[in-house]
Amino acid sequence: MDKYLLIPLLPLIAFAINIIFGKGIIKERAHWIAILAALGSFIISASTLIEVLNGKIINYDVYSWIVSGNFKVTVGFLIDQLTAIMLIVVTSVSLLVHIYSVGYMHGDPGYYRFFAYLSLFTFSMLMLVMGNNLLQLYFGWEAVGLCSYLLIGFWYEKKSASDAGKKAFIVNRFGDFGFGLGVIMIFLMLGTLHYTDIFAKVGTLTGQTINILGYNVDLITLIALLLFCGAVGKSAQIPLHVWLPDAMEGPTPVSALIHAATMVTAGVFMVARFNPLFSLSEAAMNVVALTGAVTSLFAATIALVQNDIKRIVAYSTVSQLGYMFLACGVGAYGAGIFHLYTHAYFKALLFLGAGSVMHAMAGELDIQKMGGLKKHMPVTYWTFLIASLSIAGIPGLAGFFSKDEILWLAYNHGTVGKIVWLMGTAVAALTAFYSFRIIFLAFHGKFRGTHEQEHHLHESPKVMTIPLIILAIGAISAGWVGIPAALGGSNAIAHFFEPVLGHPHVTAAHEEEFMVMGISVAAAIGGIFISWIFYSLKPEIPKTLAAKFKGIYTTLWNKYYVDELYDFIVVRPTKWIASSILVAVTDRKIIEGIVNGVPGAIRDFGERLRKLQTGHLQHYAVSIAIGLFVILTLVLIAAGR
Amino acid sequence: MVPLNWYIGLSAVIFIIGMVGFIIRRNIIIMLMSVELMLNSVNISLVAFSHYLQDLKGQILVFFIIAVAAAEAAVGLAILVALFKNKAAVHTDEITEMKG
Repeated sequence: MDKYLLIPLLPLIAFAINIIFGKGIIKERAHWIAILAALGSFIISASTLIEVLNGKIINYDVYSWIVSGNFKVTVGFLIDQLTAIMLIVVTSVSLLVHIYSVGYMHGDPGYYRFFAYLSLFTFSMLMLVMGNNLLQLYFGWEAVGLCSYLLIGFWYEKKSASDAGKKAFIVNRFGDFGFGLGVIMIFLMLGTLHYTDIFAKVGTLTGQTINILGYNVDLITLIALLLFCGAVGKSAQIPLHVWLPDAMEGPTPVSALIHAATMVTAGVFMVARFNPLFSLSEAAMNVVALTGAVTSLFAATIALVQNDIKRIVAYSTVSQLGYMFLACGVGAYGAGIFHLYTHAYFKALLFLGAGSVMHAMAGELDIQKMGGLKKHMPVTYWTFLIASLSIAGIPGLAGFFSKDEILWLAYNHGTVGKIVWLMGTAVAALTAFYSFRIIFLAFHGKFRGTHEQEHHLHESPKVMTIPLIILAIGAISAGWVGIPAALGGSNAIAHFFEPVLGHPHVTAAHEEEFMVMGISVAAAIGGIFISWIFYSLKPEIPKTLAAKFKGIYTTLWNKYYVDELYDFIVVRPTKWIASSILVAVTDRKIIEGIVNGVPGAIRDFGERLRKLQTGHLQHYAVSIAIGLFVILTLVLIAAGR
Repeated sequence: MVPLNWYIGLSAVIFIIGMVGFIIRRNIIIMLMSVELMLNSVNISLVAFSHYLQDLKGQILVFFIIAVAAAEAAVGLAILVALFKNKAAVHTDEITEMKG
């Protein structure tokens, strides 16, 4: 057995052991197995990264999965620069989330189940990123969807949690439908599902069109958009972003895992993986860039007014994922994946920090009821602050380098690039604002909760704070591999990705780059400054603003009424069809009609038939006599002829 | 010499009397007697044809029928006695247990 196979296999084994023996034998020791598996995967991933850094590309088949005529699918691994980075992101964040969960989930009746699902989640995501063909990607794609359902609805006794689990699963279904069609289209047009073959042949599709409902559609654009459909669902972009904020119903470590390392990054990874295909279609690229930019702005504005700490962080994830798609859309795939990689650390940190706050507040999520937590939980405060600075894009921290790289490459990408750059810069300011809104409301000022809660405040146990500290180191330093040339760095990560993801050629001068950088930094600092004025210096301003712009405020508070819109367009008609057609007609009339009708008819017939059996001998005798008479008559008639 | 037709006519009349008796009477004893009548009407026609055709096979069959009829009467009356012990009734109107 080779070591690459062990990377996904270890979590799978841990899952199997925990799910089978967890309830009876392992119980509270479940975390050892899961953590050891995640640690093993992480170590092997790290050694694989070193091999890839030394120029080794691994691409081989392990097992032939489906063979049917020309249709051959294998389980195989392609580990190149892109996959190597994804492996590190997935396994490291997953490992830290595992460790953190030991403290967070302590005493939960589903303890073993939780670790089993975490392992399965890790396995699914590893299969997704390591696959060397589309079907394996699709397998991982669906498997992470399943795991997200299991984990979001982990506390299934709670109605809102099981609803959120269903919502995540169903919304993802919409995107996956398009993705599935895209996979089928690729197979039909190219006859293969292996990445290397697809990318070798994809050029032959250029200029081909396909007729859909009378319109000639460019084939590559169509395939790219279908695949992007899946990415929109999985990575929570407009219009399928609704599931992600609701996914907060799951345990907080799960949110960290979903938002940082697994699941939502799958969409960005897939678009980056298929960059040879996407790059061939200008239209698809623009759609990707604009979807990303619009989502980014949209989610950031919602995050401005929310009061639920996890929900704010969730919208910030949607917004940052928009950033990544924005990067992919302007051809800066490397920058997109770079942002994915830095984002994983500071976002996991934000979530785990939020979980730590929740832990201290006994489940309270409303930041309006917090305040002054800084002196009670210093580790959580400082790590949360680092993550917020990083996401805001303060120079020197991880988020700055990746965000700057995206904005700079967007700026240099024609008209569409300029538009999305402008939106991205606005988002940078908003991001800084809402991130620091949490800091000022939750950690500074006076405590606004109940007296009981204040008494309960405490720093989380070491098993929770140590992952926070490690992630904080990541949130500071993860970006240092991508220091741009303008700042005296070598942008090592861009060169690392170049063989797989390419790198847009930029000729503009360093002065211009400084200008772009300056604007985004100014936006970030401005955002933090305004946040400081609003929530620390003059806390009455937000209230007067909310009262003054009541319409805008309520729209943002209600998340642009997207959930209500879906309720109106999708949920209610579906429920109506279910209750008044499927239940009332198909079920009650047709199926129950047949099931009850056939025995009913037989019974009715028998009911009539038994009337013949009167019990009077004479009646039988008369029938016999009549029968005899009839037979004799017939015989005589036959004889007479 | 009595012509064959008369025998056939007699046989038919007795058969009809038996059949109608079986149908319209309620008393089981009388109904059994009616069955005897029908059997014997057949016997008459068999004997008549046997004599007319100068063939003894018909008369042999008649003996069989008499034997069967005797057995039938014995079994029928035994059932009747058992029935009367249980139900104290000989009228078919009162015995309708097999009604559906």
